[in-house]
Amino acid sequence: MVLTLVGISIIIFVLLRLMPGNIADIMFDSAGFVDPAEKAKIEKELGLDLPIPVQYFHWIKGMLVWDLGFSYVSEMPAVDELGPRIPITAKLAALALGFSILFGLPLGVICAVKQDTALDYTLRVISLSGLSLPSFWLGLLILMFFVTYLNDIPIYLDPPENLWDELVLYSIPAAAVGFRSSALIMRLTRSSMLEVMRQDYIRTARSKGASDNSINYHHALKNAVLPVTTIIGIEAAFLIGGLIITETVFNIPGVAHFLVEAILMRDYPIVQSLVMLIALVTVLINFGVDLLYAVLDPRIKYAD
Amino acid sequence: MADIDHQAELIKAGAHVSGLWDKTMFYARRYPLGAIGAVIMVIFVFSAIFADVLAPHDPLQTKARASLSPPTTEFVLGADMMGRDMLSRIIHGARISLTVGVASILLGGFIGVFIGLMSGYLMGWFDLLMQRLIDIMQALPLLVLALVMAASLGPSLENTVLAISIPLIPNVARVVRSSTLSLREMPFVEAARAAGMSEMRVAVRHVLPNILAPLIVLFTAQLGAAILVEASLSFLGLGVPEPHPSWGRMLSESAAEYVRVAPWLVIFPGLAISLAVFGANLFGDALRDILDPRQRS
Repeated sequence: MVLTLVGISIIIFVLLRLMPGNIADIMFDSAGFVDPAEKAKIEKELGLDLPIPVQYFHWIKGMLVWDLGFSYVSEMPAVDELGPRIPITAKLAALALGFSILFGLPLGVICAVKQDTALDYTLRVISLSGLSLPSFWLGLLILMFFVTYLNDIPIYLDPPENLWDELVLYSIPAAAVGFRSSALIMRLTRSSMLEVMRQDYIRTARSKGASDNSINYHHALKNAVLPVTTIIGIEAAFLIGGLIITETVFNIPGVAHFLVEAILMRDYPIVQSLVMLIALVTVLINFGVDLLYAVLDPRIKYAD
Repeated sequence: MADIDHQAELIKAGAHVSGLWDKTMFYARRYPLGAIGAVIMVIFVFSAIFADVLAPHDPLQTKARASLSPPTTEFVLGADMMGRDMLSRIIHGARISLTVGVASILLGGFIGVFIGLMSGYLMGWFDLLMQRLIDIMQALPLLVLALVMAASLGPSLENTVLAISIPLIPNVARVVRSSTLSLREMPFVEAARAAGMSEMRVAVRHVLPNILAPLIVLFTAQLGAAILVEASLSFLGLGVPEPHPSWGRMLSESAAEYVRVAPWLVIFPGLAISLAVFGANLFGDALRDILDPRQRS
């Protein structure tokens, strides 16, 4: 795990240094002329003239003491820039994940139980379209609907005042992102349920006279849900990708939106810290899912 | 291997089929959703290839008087702010979308197959190193990695392909590696080696053909993802640059600003992206059922 994170940090750092043009170029671009001495001074101030390995060690050293450097754009400490934005994205992601499980799991079960009926086909086509709709287009369509029919635009303008406002404001973008995940969860739940329902113990339960409901929800679902937990872990990573776009569309000041802005401005300290944060969250979620798996399935034990 | 299954399936269904056309029709009836996907794919490939003939206008030609024209008989899907015909831009956009999608899958697939084959066949330190590398790449969401790659390479058609193909490598490499690991223990591989073939030749001539079926399935599944990522990158302004008409960028240009006055600028490019990805997904699903029966859901 640590090795993975170190590897990511090296790759990200090198990739960012490969970018054509640094912040100094961008600053002088807008000024219209370039004074080499001035430019060298700024580069020196920001430590951009040092060899890349030295810059890397400065960054790692800082990270260990929670000092992520200063944003080139706002000149504020990166920690202060990121701090208020993280909870916003975290709430959005949690809402989206909740949304996708709430819809994906029950619909998947229904599909499996009603396999090859018209309902099954309809739900499968809807779920496939969920995997095909770009989340930014879905977001734009929702915006368009609100503008045309409700004469209201549900984008982030001022910070929400109370919890209810916040929930209303976030639930629309969360649904736009979560739609895709719910489609994936639905598909997996369906195939996993079908797989389980072919097994011998289900036939045994049936022959003992257990009711359909008892078999479907008591015997089958418990085992079918196992592989679904894995995909929920993977989806959490996908959600972060989806949020990058959705936060941009809905103008939500979260970290994902901030990442795009920082990349466009070549704001290295912000970009590298954010990408590391995303990697850390992904690695931790996968680790958590592994642990959860062992809890849910007593047959799995991790040797220490 | 896959061929034998087809034959069994055909016989089981009691179908008396001969020839490619009959076979195709049999599968089309058997997998109606897949057939729809195939038709959508064919339409998109067709419009990508013959974009120059099909498009009623030049996709780059601007007409001031047509600015933000709603759908009319002249501009069937309306025109954008600069008076460029949307239909022509969408038809030409299919070319960009499919080119980037297919090229990045081929590039990522080639590297992935190479890494997976070598790592599963040679094992040892090479395998260990590659597995670590793949772990690292998988710790970042596809779009985040593509975003950083696209930004660091700079905006151009080739760089967009590169930025999308690299994050696709881990999946391919893993599928190929696990298939290779089980295949290398098979008697026919041992026989080939006993006959004095070089390791390289065994890997390419005997192992590779046997993992083609899962690979084709994976590639079609990734085509949809690649098209989506291209659209997303272009939407964020880090993908295919002007003057190429890219569906994603058409949306970002029209976003928020024109939602109220020119909804056709938002609806049609998005519809094109969704349909293309939908077709690829439907087709990929059916292909998986046909070629890889073990994964059948």
